[in-house]
Amino acid sequence: MTMTTALCDDMSATDNIARYNFAYLDEQTKRMIRRAILKGIAIPGYQVPFASREMPMPYGWGTGGVQVTASIIGPDDILKVIDQGADDTTNAVSIRAFFAKMAEVETTTDTTKASIIQTRHRIPETKLEEGQIIVFQVPIPEPLRFLEPRETETRKMHAVEDYGLMHVKLYEDIAQKGHIATNYAYPVKVKGRYIMDPSPTPKFDNPKMHMSEALQLYGAGREMRIYAIPPHTEVVSLDFEDYPFEVQTFKEPCALCGGTGVYLDEVILDDAGGHMFVCSDSNYCEDRRANGHRGALSPDILDEDTAEQQREGTDR
Amino acid sequence: MYVAVKGGEAAIKAAHELLADRRRGDRSLPSITLDQITEQLALAVDRVMSEGALYDRELASLAIKQARGDMIEAIFLLRAYRTTLPRLGYSKPVDTAKMKIERRISATFKDLPGGQILGPTFDYTHRLLDPSLASDEQVPEASEADIGGEMADEAMPRVSDLIAGEGLIEADSQPPEDNGEWPEPGDLTRKPRQFPMSRDLRLQALSRGDEGFLLSMGYSTQRGFGTSHPFAGEIRIGEVEVEVDMPELGFAVSIGRIQVSECQMVNKFKGSKSSSPKFTRGYGLVFGQSERKAMSMALCDRALRARELDEDIYAPAQDEEFVISHSDNVQATGFVEHLKLPHYVDFQAELGLVRKMQAEFNERFAAVDDDGDQEAAQ
Repeated sequence: MTMTTALCDDMSATDNIARYNFAYLDEQTKRMIRRAILKGIAIPGYQVPFASREMPMPYGWGTGGVQVTASIIGPDDILKVIDQGADDTTNAVSIRAFFAKMAEVETTTDTTKASIIQTRHRIPETKLEEGQIIVFQVPIPEPLRFLEPRETETRKMHAVEDYGLMHVKLYEDIAQKGHIATNYAYPVKVKGRYIMDPSPTPKFDNPKMHMSEALQLYGAGREMRIYAIPPHTEVVSLDFEDYPFEVQTFKEPCALCGGTGVYLDEVILDDAGGHMFVCSDSNYCEDRRANGHRGALSPDILDEDTAEQQREGTDR
Repeated sequence: MYVAVKGGEAAIKAAHELLADRRRGDRSLPSITLDQITEQLALAVDRVMSEGALYDRELASLAIKQARGDMIEAIFLLRAYRTTLPRLGYSKPVDTAKMKIERRISATFKDLPGGQILGPTFDYTHRLLDPSLASDEQVPEASEADIGGEMADEAMPRVSDLIAGEGLIEADSQPPEDNGEWPEPGDLTRKPRQFPMSRDLRLQALSRGDEGFLLSMGYSTQRGFGTSHPFAGEIRIGEVEVEVDMPELGFAVSIGRIQVSECQMVNKFKGSKSSSPKFTRGYGLVFGQSERKAMSMALCDRALRARELDEDIYAPAQDEEFVISHSDNVQATGFVEHLKLPHYVDFQAELGLVRKMQAEFNERFAAVDDDGDQEAAQ
């Protein structure tokens, strides 16, 4: 608390026109959000309504995640921010810069070093550990929303655990298409009670939520909801006995680090259908390359090839 | 060949520099001042204050300048500042009957106590472009009429209160039983939005709602999607005192004046199972001078009272969850524009699925085709 005051004083000294509290939000707001988080942890998977604030970035840009992070972050925290798995996507850069400025915290791209990881659309490949908190940015928190557009109805459905509609939807997928046609935001059941939207992460990441050692917090700013999965909680992806849940698989390894069993992004190389697959988790990929792993299109392998060609050229 | 893109940080910085450059425009022209915006683009300032939900002309002007005239961006800037301000307390209800009137008209009565006052309105102007404004033309001061003592002192009661005397219109709202205290109104910005909503919260949401959205919703009720038979009972624009109770003093003190636009729609109501035929009300109140917004708000307010008045709910404008959930332009623009953010992880998942489903479809199609060929051969 003393640290907080000190930081505020520093800021006001340099800028008297507009003053902001440590990590932007005022302390009453943080307290309100922390209460919502605690309630969310106490009722895993339940969407807690909270009085979401306007944030200095637009709704849809992660205002829910930013509010959660702003409420839990302290001066000693180390923050990592990823978007689509990568630390260097523009919005991740922007949010990281926001906290570096407003909370003056240390930031990192190293998954293992971070105490708080704010993410959009991915869970890092490296297993999260006890004491870490992962904060998800959530656009539509309601897993039943596209089956029933009314909040008044879906809240009732959750209250009485009326999830028939969701099972029918999954069944219809199988009946009509031969498999469940949901690849991201794949619904899960938390601790045997609430059906929850894992935010639009690919279903590839769903197994990482199950019995995670890290605390998982979800913030939806525009929709004014917070929910949580405490560490060591059962998280089951919905499926049927004869159609068990499966994650995406990729035929080829990462073209840069050669990694397999990880989520890959497709990168288009030309207008003739040429493409390559690379790790979506940029930190994981860099880490592997730093440890000597190489993929088929890794720049230094290519460089060596060209260097060799050049040598061959001069030899002749 | 793929080169891992590093440098989001540098790109953002450069983009911000370019934005600042474009905002300033041609340096040979003087920079527009906040006073000029406040004075000469006053209605833009009013809209930003109203939808930004913060009454401060200077900050609204700054927001408009910073946003390069993009109104929703300016509204957003003001909101994001407002939300960080501590809540010191709540004012007493403003009394619009005591308004210092600049404009006041009624479409329901030819004449009424206090009279009709046109004020500074675009109504009855011919929309012909005025070339004289292209240069710095001198504009004469507006003339002032000297109204005699008697008229100047004449009270200007609200039209709805005048009709109320006859019992033809519903009361403003149900007064508390046993003359008890009126219940404290809610605060939309401090509690999460939940449905069904009480009228006080709904009116707050409408007052900060997007002018264009409310205009279209209000318009739809006039075209038969939730017919509400409206009459513009009264529109008044002017300044009202804002009073705050001072616990140390034991009485209320005026902390200043704000300009507001108020609209009382009077709607014919044929009665329902539970209430008699009478006139009902729709109410609009917004910061600054914005009749269009106040009128649209009043139309929407009335349409949204369908549940309370036991009317059939079938039109979009009567649907509280639909209207209130989608009226906030800061929320709407954020979510629409967030589609610009990278979605390649999700898109990758969809690519995989569509490829698989297409392959399955082609296989089935090929199988059917083969059967067809065989039959033809036979």
